[in-house]
Formats: sequence, C-alpha cells, structure tokens
Amino acid sequence: MPALKDVKVKINAVRKTKQITKAMNMVASAKLRNAQSRIERFRPYADKFYEMLGELAKGADPSIHPLLEARAEVKTVLLVVITSDRGLCGAFNNNIINAALKVARAKAAEGKDVKIMCVGRKARDSFRRSSFEIVAAYVNEMAAFDFSLATRIGAEVIGGYVGGTYDEVTMAFGKFISLARQEPTLLPVLPLSPAEAGEVKEDVGAKAEYIYEPSVEGLLAELLPRFINVQIYRGLLDTSASEHAARMRSMDNATRNCDDLVSSLTLVYNKARQTAITKELMDIVGGSEALKG
Amino acid sequence: MAQLRLEIVTPDKLVLSQDVDYVGAPGLLGEFGVMANHIPFLSALGIGSLMYKVGGKANYVFVAGGFAEVSGNKVTILAEVAERPEDIDIDRARRAQERAKQRMDREKDKVDFARAQSAMQRAFYRMRVRENAH
Repeated sequence: MPALKDVKVKINAVRKTKQITKAMNMVASAKLRNAQSRIERFRPYADKFYEMLGELAKGADPSIHPLLEARAEVKTVLLVVITSDRGLCGAFNNNIINAALKVARAKAAEGKDVKIMCVGRKARDSFRRSSFEIVAAYVNEMAAFDFSLATRIGAEVIGGYVGGTYDEVTMAFGKFISLARQEPTLLPVLPLSPAEAGEVKEDVGAKAEYIYEPSVEGLLAELLPRFINVQIYRGLLDTSASEHAARMRSMDNATRNCDDLVSSLTLVYNKARQTAITKELMDIVGGSEALKG
Repeated sequence: MAQLRLEIVTPDKLVLSQDVDYVGAPGLLGEFGVMANHIPFLSALGIGSLMYKVGGKANYVFVAGGFAEVSGNKVTILAEVAERPEDIDIDRARRAQERAKQRMDREKDKVDFARAQSAMQRAFYRMRVRENAH
C-alpha cells in the first residue's frame, strides 16, 4: 500500500493539471470563436474577389500573364507549409507536416528539387531535421496576424516564381471543416489555372458588359498576384481556426483524463486510509486484550 | 435623386456600407467619378483617397491595392487596405513618410526605390485623408 501522504500529493498535482487544461480549453474556445468570425468577415471579400476574377478570366489566354503559364519542365518545387507556433493540440501539426513530407518525398523521388517555406514554429522545427532546404520561415506570427502576413509571404512566393527560382508552388495547411474535423490539405498555388479561378461563377452569365480600366490584361495583372495573397490568407485563417479547434479537443480529453485519474487515485487513497484505521484499531484492541491478561 | 450604394470591403472587415450621392475613386489611370445610373465598370485602384458625398458633404477613405466594381447603382470597393480618417494613425504615417524619404534619397536607382516610393505615397495619402476629415 502506498503511503497516504504520497497519494494525497499526487491527487493535488493532478487536480492542478486539470485546472490548467481546463483553462487552456476555455482560452482555445474563445480564440476559436475569434478565428471563426475572422473567416466569416473574410468571406465577402473572397467571394467578391472570385467573382471579379471569374468575370475576367473567362476568355483569358494563359500566355498573357506569367503566373498563369505552366512551366514545360518542373525542376524546383516550393512547398509552403503552414502550421501553428504552439503545440498541445494533439496530432494537428504532425498531420500537416506528414502530409507535406509525403509530397516532398514523392517529388524528390521524381528527381525534382524540393524547397520548403515554413509558417509557424512547428513546421520549421520539424523540417529542420529533414533533408529539405528551408528557404524562409515565418515564426511567431500565427498568434496575431493580419493580411499583411499573407502579402509578405505572397510577395516572396510570386517573386521566386516569376524569377524562375520555383516552377511549382503548393501550400499545405489545416483546412477547417468543423469543430470536430480539421484536415491537412494540399493546395496547388502556382501556376494558376484560369479554369480554377473561373469556375466559381457560371450562374451570372448574362450580365451587362463591363468597361474595363486599364484593360482586361491590365486588370488581370493586378488581380492575379493578389489572388495568391487571398489564397495564402485563407490558408492562414483556416490553419489558425483548426489549431484552436484541435487544441480545444485535446484539452477536453486531457481534462477528462484528469478526472479519471483523480477518481482512481481517490479510491487508492480511501483504501489506504481504511487499512491504516483497521491496523490502528487492531493495535488498540490487541493492547487492551494484553492488559486484561 | 437616385442613390448609389457604396461598399468598401477589406480582407478583415466590411469598412463601409452606405447610400451615397457620389463616389470619386483613385483609378490606376487617374481619378474617376461615379454617380447613380453609371454603366457597369471595373477598374483597378492605385494608392490614394477615395471620396464619397452624402448630402453635399464630402467624406474621405484611404485605400491601397484595390479594385472598384460599378454595377447597377452599386459600387463595391475591394481593397487590401482601407482606413477611415478616424482609424488613421497620423504619427505613424508621419514617421513612415520620414523613413521613406530617407530611403528614397539613399537608394536613388536601386530596386527598393519603387517600394520606398509607394510607402511614401501611402503615408502622404493617409495624412491627407486624416487632415481632410477636420
């Protein structure tokens, strides 16, 4: 039987852990609400953006803009991996990293050069241990980011693509589906396919002809790079919401585990106490029997 | 008089949604004005101040990196940055202008010149929008 005091200490420790996990759960749920409302607020912008791009890209020829043009020979592939900065959210980050690693290995096996751009500390830390080259890392940004982070990443991606450093860009992030489901997702970012951009709207076909300023090509040249930013921002927002949802769930599990542990430890404690009392009684009874002699 | 609906949307929020009489926007090829019953129109915007009139009173909003779509008495401004005068930090804009000025002097013919120049423009128009509000 373990000593009474030891069990008591252990119970208290578990209780304190439970307080922490419970608090983390509540913090995560508040942050999740925040992240979800940001996704909501982003939607009107994104929808309008897709609509405009769809309108413009309908009859666009892929050769009018370098971002639309697929390279004949793909030598270098850039993977943008978006994870959270902090852990304690179950397998969330690992799922994204593993999905990215799988693609990276597959591309490398095809003889392509794979480079990694990391967003979030977890991505950087694990890709550092791999053999792939990290071209850029954005760390400690996920806690509080706005559109300018997407713009900075976008500028780097577009610059590298137009300059010929990368021939293909794919983004790995945690897609937020629901509170209970977050899915590591790989999204091809570059080259852009006009069909993909245009597929969003077909129902608004019979609309009045627009006047375009400067011109369709000129507008596309302005819109397409921003489209990359929009996609990256979407990846960032989704990953952030997914992170908080995943943390909420894992902290919920941890809190429940603490409860189980406390009740089983309390059982041990009560048994030990009962044993001690019984033993003491036996001593007293034994002593008085002896005195009676 | 017919009214125009003006909506300004950024990735982070809906900045403005209001019925107005007139919108003047900084198009990439120069400023343009929109009144009710304008024909459908799509334009890229430069860095500058967007003006809208309600009941004869002019209001200003700073915009950068955006697009304007006019269709059916509705003007939608899609901008990466849009700030109303009360949201503009004038000291920050002033400091940014100083920084940009120094950078422009230093890197007269380098690649960063263009970047410094647009930073300068942003600072300038932010200040102007702020000052117009008073």
